[in-house]
Amino acid sequence: MSDLENLAKEAEEASNAASTLEGLAQVQAQFLGKKSKLVKAKKALGTLPAEDRANAGKEINEIKGQIEQLISGRKAVLQESEWSSKFNEERLDLTERLGSIDRGHLHLITQARDELEDVFIGMGYSVAEGPEVETAWYNFEALNIPDWHPARGNFDTIFVDLGEPEEVMLRSHTSPVQIRTMESQEPPIYIVAPGRTFRTDSADATHLPAFNQIEGLVIDKGITMGDLAGTIDSFVHAFFGEEVKSRLRPSYFPFTEPSAEFDISRPDGSWLELGGCGMVHPNVLRNCNIDPEVWQGFAFGFGIDRLVSMRYQLDDIRELVVNDARFLRQF
Amino acid sequence: MKVLLSWLKEFIPDLDHDPEEIGEKLSALGLAVESMEVVGNELPGVVVGKILDLRPHPNAERIQLVDVDLGNGEATQICCGAFNMQIGDFIPVATVGSTLPDGMEIAQRKLRGELSNGMCCSASEIGLGDDSDGIMILSENDPDREWDIGSSVSDTLGLESDILWDLEVNANRPDAMSISGVARDLAASLGLPFKFPMDLNGNPQVTLEAGIQIEIEDPTLCGRFLACVVKGITVGPSPQWLQNRLIHLGMRPINNVVDISNYVMLELGQPNHTYDLHKIKGSRLGTRRAKVGERLLTLDGLERTLSEIDGVIVDGDDNPVGIAGIMGGASSEISESTTEIIIEVAWWDPPSISRSVKNLNLMSEASMRFRRGADYGINMERALNRVVELLSETCEPEMSKILETNGNLPDTSPVGISNERVNGLLGTSLTSEEMMDLLQSIGFESQEVISKDEDENSSANNFQVIVPSWRWDTQTETDLAEEIARTFGYERIERTIPRGPFTGQLSRFQKGRRTVRQILIGAGCDETMPMPFLAPGDLENAGLSSTAISISNPLVQEESLLRTSLMPGQLKIISYNQSHRIKKLKFFEIGHVYLPSEDDQLLPDEREYLSISIAGGDATEIVAILDMISLTMAFPNMQLKQQEIEGLHPGRSAQVFVAGQERGAVGEIDPRVLRNYGIDDSVAWLELDLGSILAGPFGKKKYTSVSKYPSSDIDLAFEVPDDTSSASVAGCLRKAGGTYLKEVQLFDSYKADTANEGVRSLAYSLRFQSDVGTLTDAEVSELRAACISEVEQKTNAKLRE
Repeated sequence: MSDLENLAKEAEEASNAASTLEGLAQVQAQFLGKKSKLVKAKKALGTLPAEDRANAGKEINEIKGQIEQLISGRKAVLQESEWSSKFNEERLDLTERLGSIDRGHLHLITQARDELEDVFIGMGYSVAEGPEVETAWYNFEALNIPDWHPARGNFDTIFVDLGEPEEVMLRSHTSPVQIRTMESQEPPIYIVAPGRTFRTDSADATHLPAFNQIEGLVIDKGITMGDLAGTIDSFVHAFFGEEVKSRLRPSYFPFTEPSAEFDISRPDGSWLELGGCGMVHPNVLRNCNIDPEVWQGFAFGFGIDRLVSMRYQLDDIRELVVNDARFLRQF
Repeated sequence: MKVLLSWLKEFIPDLDHDPEEIGEKLSALGLAVESMEVVGNELPGVVVGKILDLRPHPNAERIQLVDVDLGNGEATQICCGAFNMQIGDFIPVATVGSTLPDGMEIAQRKLRGELSNGMCCSASEIGLGDDSDGIMILSENDPDREWDIGSSVSDTLGLESDILWDLEVNANRPDAMSISGVARDLAASLGLPFKFPMDLNGNPQVTLEAGIQIEIEDPTLCGRFLACVVKGITVGPSPQWLQNRLIHLGMRPINNVVDISNYVMLELGQPNHTYDLHKIKGSRLGTRRAKVGERLLTLDGLERTLSEIDGVIVDGDDNPVGIAGIMGGASSEISESTTEIIIEVAWWDPPSISRSVKNLNLMSEASMRFRRGADYGINMERALNRVVELLSETCEPEMSKILETNGNLPDTSPVGISNERVNGLLGTSLTSEEMMDLLQSIGFESQEVISKDEDENSSANNFQVIVPSWRWDTQTETDLAEEIARTFGYERIERTIPRGPFTGQLSRFQKGRRTVRQILIGAGCDETMPMPFLAPGDLENAGLSSTAISISNPLVQEESLLRTSLMPGQLKIISYNQSHRIKKLKFFEIGHVYLPSEDDQLLPDEREYLSISIAGGDATEIVAILDMISLTMAFPNMQLKQQEIEGLHPGRSAQVFVAGQERGAVGEIDPRVLRNYGIDDSVAWLELDLGSILAGPFGKKKYTSVSKYPSSDIDLAFEVPDDTSSASVAGCLRKAGGTYLKEVQLFDSYKADTANEGVRSLAYSLRFQSDVGTLTDAEVSELRAACISEVEQKTNAKLRE
C-alpha cells in the first residue's frame, strides 16, 4: 500500500507546483479523475479478499480526502491571487474625468420664483397667473388709477398698437392679476401672482424694460393691517431667515389704503426697501363686485430680479436677460 | 422735495432734535428720506477772487489759464476746465492748502506744463446746491455789488451750517410739497407746536386800488382765483440768504420777483405767478379752457399749441398769457424794467391740470403741486401776503387789496368715522378720542356724533372730521384711517397672521411646468430667459411670418415688436454664446408669445411656449428629449408628422400632435436661417405650445400586472422607403403583435447597401410574452409572420432577407 501513501505526497507536490487554476485542474484530474490511481485502486477493491476490503477502502477514502483538501486549499490560494491580479489590472483613477454628464441649470429667476411660491404655498396660498398684455382697465382703472391720476405717469408704461391709443399695454405690474382673480373667484382669496412686468426703462446695470414681480392678495372677512404686517414678517422670516426683521412705512399706492412700503433689516442694522403693500382700496373691491362692507383684504408686491440681484450681488442686472451660458451655469 | 433744518425750525420753534432722529421720523411719516447732508459749512481758504485775465492754455484745448486777484492785487494763475467766466467776474477760489467739502485737498499743481495755484469752484464744489455746470459766478445776478476780494466766500454769501434732506413725496401728498407741510407732519409726530411765522392780518398794508378785473369763465377748471396789484417794484438781486435757500433746494436765483415767487411756493406749497402789470392788456385776467390750436409762447421760450384739454389765463383781449397751473407766458414776463406787477394765486382742478400736463408733455414745479391738489384755503392769501412781505426786503412795495373769485371747490362736508370700522381695518383698539387727537395733530378738526339711540348699530359713525383745505386727497373714511395709522405709527400696530381656509398648492398646470423644467435640466439643458421683444426683421430672418404686434412707444428698435415665436430670441442667444466660444450649448425657455388675435379680441392670443435648442445637435436628440417629457407627463397620444415647416430644415422637421391637436414643431433649424443669425453649426429645435398641452386633457398611467412567464426576443429588419416613417412601421408591428408584444425597439438604421435609391434599412428588436402561459416556438413564429405581413401590407416596407 506504499503506492497510495506516496500518492498523497506526490499530489501535494504537484498541487503546490500548479501556478494557475487550469494547472490545478490538471492535478485534480491526475489524482482524483477517472483514470487516477485512486479510482483504479477503488475499482480493484473487489478483487481483494473480503476481510481486507474494509481496511483498504477506508485507506483509499482517507487519502482521497487528504488530496481533496490539499487541492481545495491550493485552489483558494490561486483564486485569491487571480482576483487580486485582475483587480490590479482593472484599477481606475476615479479622478480622471474625461467626460461628464452635463446637468442643466434653472434660471435664477425661476429658482427664486419657485422658492417664493413655495413659502406662500406653505402659508395656504395658491399661485395665480395672468396675461402679460393687458387693457387699461386691468392695469389701471380697476386699480383705482383713473386716466388723469398723477401716479399713472410713474409707471412708464409700454403701450402696444392694439385698440385705441394707450388702451392696451404690457402690464406695468402684476396687480392686474388681482383684478382678474377677484373677478373670477368668490372670496375668501389667498393668492400670490408671480410674473413678468414691463416699463419703458433703458436696460442698464440696474434697470431692465422687462422684469419680474410677485404679488400677494388676501381677501377675507376681518382682515386687518395687523394681518398684513404679520404676514410680511412671517414671509421675511421664512425667505430671508429668522434673524431678519421687517417694518412698514407709510407710502401711497392708488389701489391700497392705507399704503406702505416694507423694508427688511440688513446685518448692519440699516433697512432695505423691498416692496409695497397696503389694505385693498374699497374702490378696487367695488370694481370687482366685492362688497367692501363684508370683505376686506391686503395686497403686497415686490421685484424678483432685485431680490436675486441682491442675493447674488450681481453687478449688472442685464446678466439676467443676456443668457450667457457661463452665467447660467453658475447656479 | 428738499427741506432745510433751519427753514423747518421757522415753523417748529422748539425743534432741537438730532438730525438722524428727525430723518427717521420723516421716513416713518411716509416722507421717505432719500438723502441727508450737512450743507453750508465753513470753507476755510475758499475766497472771493476777481478774474483779471483769461488765456488759452498753450498745450491743452480743454483747459484755460485764469489769472485771479485773490486780494493781494497780484495775478495768481489757475488752470481751469470751465469756460463760462468773463474777465471782471467774481468767483469762489479754493486757495492752495484749503480743503473742499468733498474732501478734495488743493495743492499747487502743474497741468501740461502750466502752474495752477488753486481751483476755481462750481456751486456744488463749495457745497451750495447741485449745480456743477461751470464755475459759480458770484456777480452774475448782482453786477453792482461791491465784492471784498480775498474775503471768505462763506462769510460773503452768509452761508450757515445746515442740514438738507431730500424727501420722496408720494402722489397723494399735496401738502408735503412744501416746507410748511413737512413741518406740520413732523411737529405732530414729535408732539411739538406748529405755527406759521408770518403774520396774516394787516401786514402788509393795503394802500392801492387794484384797478384790474378777474374772472373765472369755467368753474370746473378753476376753483379759486386771487390776484392783487403791487407797485413800487425795483427788479434786482434777491437777498443773499434767500438765494442760498433756493440754491440748496435746487433752484437757480434769477431776480428778486421771480426768486420770491419760487421761495413762497417752496415754503407754503402755493404756486403763484407774477405778471408785469403793463404787459397785461385790458387790465384783466380771466381763466377758461383753451381753444383748439390756440398758441402761446411759454416762459421756457417754446411755442405751445394748445387744445381744449388745457386751461389758460387770458388778458382783456381774451389772448392767453399763461397755461393754467403749468407755466406762464413770455409776453408778460418780469423784466429789469418792471415796476408794477400782478400777483396771482389760484386753485386749479387737479384732474384738469394732470390731463393738461400729459397733453402738453410739460411738467413744472407748479404743475407738480396743482395736479396733487394745492391748498384752496386761507393759505392762498397767506402766500400772496408773503410775496409782498419778502419783496419789502429789497424794495418798497405798495399793495392793493386781494381780489377773489370762486369756481367749483372740493366738497367740504364732514366725513363720518366709525371707530369700529377703523379699528377693524387697522387691527388696532384705539378709542374715538385717541383717533380724534391723532387727526387733530395734523390739522383735521373732528366732532363727536351724539348718538340719539344707545342701541343703535355699533358701526354707526362715532365722530365727524372736517378735512383741511390742504388735504384735497383725503375724502373718505378709509383715507382718514390711513392718516390715523400714519400718525399713530405703523410700527405700533400689533402683528397677526390670518389663517385662510385653504391648503396651498400648485395647480396641475403649474406642477406640470415645474416637472418639465426638471426633466430638461436632467437632460442637460440650461434655462434661458430673454426679453420678449424683437427687432424688425428678426422674424423674417428666422423664416417666419412677419406679422407681430408692435410697441407704440419703443425706446429702441431692438425692442419694438412682441415675439410670436421663441425662435429668434433663442437663435440670438446661441449666436451670442458661440461668438464667445462657449461649447455644448443646450438651452430651453418657457415663456409667453403674443399672437395677433384672430377673432376681434382686444388682447392678443397669448400663449406659453416651450423651446429647446441644441447647437451642433441633430433632430433625433431633441425628439428623444420630447419623448422623455411626453412619457413622464403622460401627454395623451403624442405623435410626430413629418412635414415641411417654416424656419426648419425641410427634410428634418415634423409637426408635434398631442391628443389630436397640433401643438408645435420639432426638427433642425433651416441652415439658411442659421446663416442669417451668424450660426455655423446645426441647431436642433423644438417649440411646443406647452400651456395648451398642460391645460389638458392629461393621459392616465394604468397598472398592468407583470407577466410571470418567460419571454422570447426576435429581430426583424425591413427595407423601408425614405418616405415611410419608422413610426408607421413600428405601429404595424405593435398592431400585429397585440398584447403579446411587450417591447419594440428600433436598434439600427442605415442606408441599405442595395442598389435601391431612397430606401433605408430599419432593424427592430421585439420581445413577445404572454400573460397566461409560456409562448411556444410555433406561437412566436406565428406572431413573427403576422408582424411581417402587417408591415408589408400596410406600408411599402419589405422584410430584409
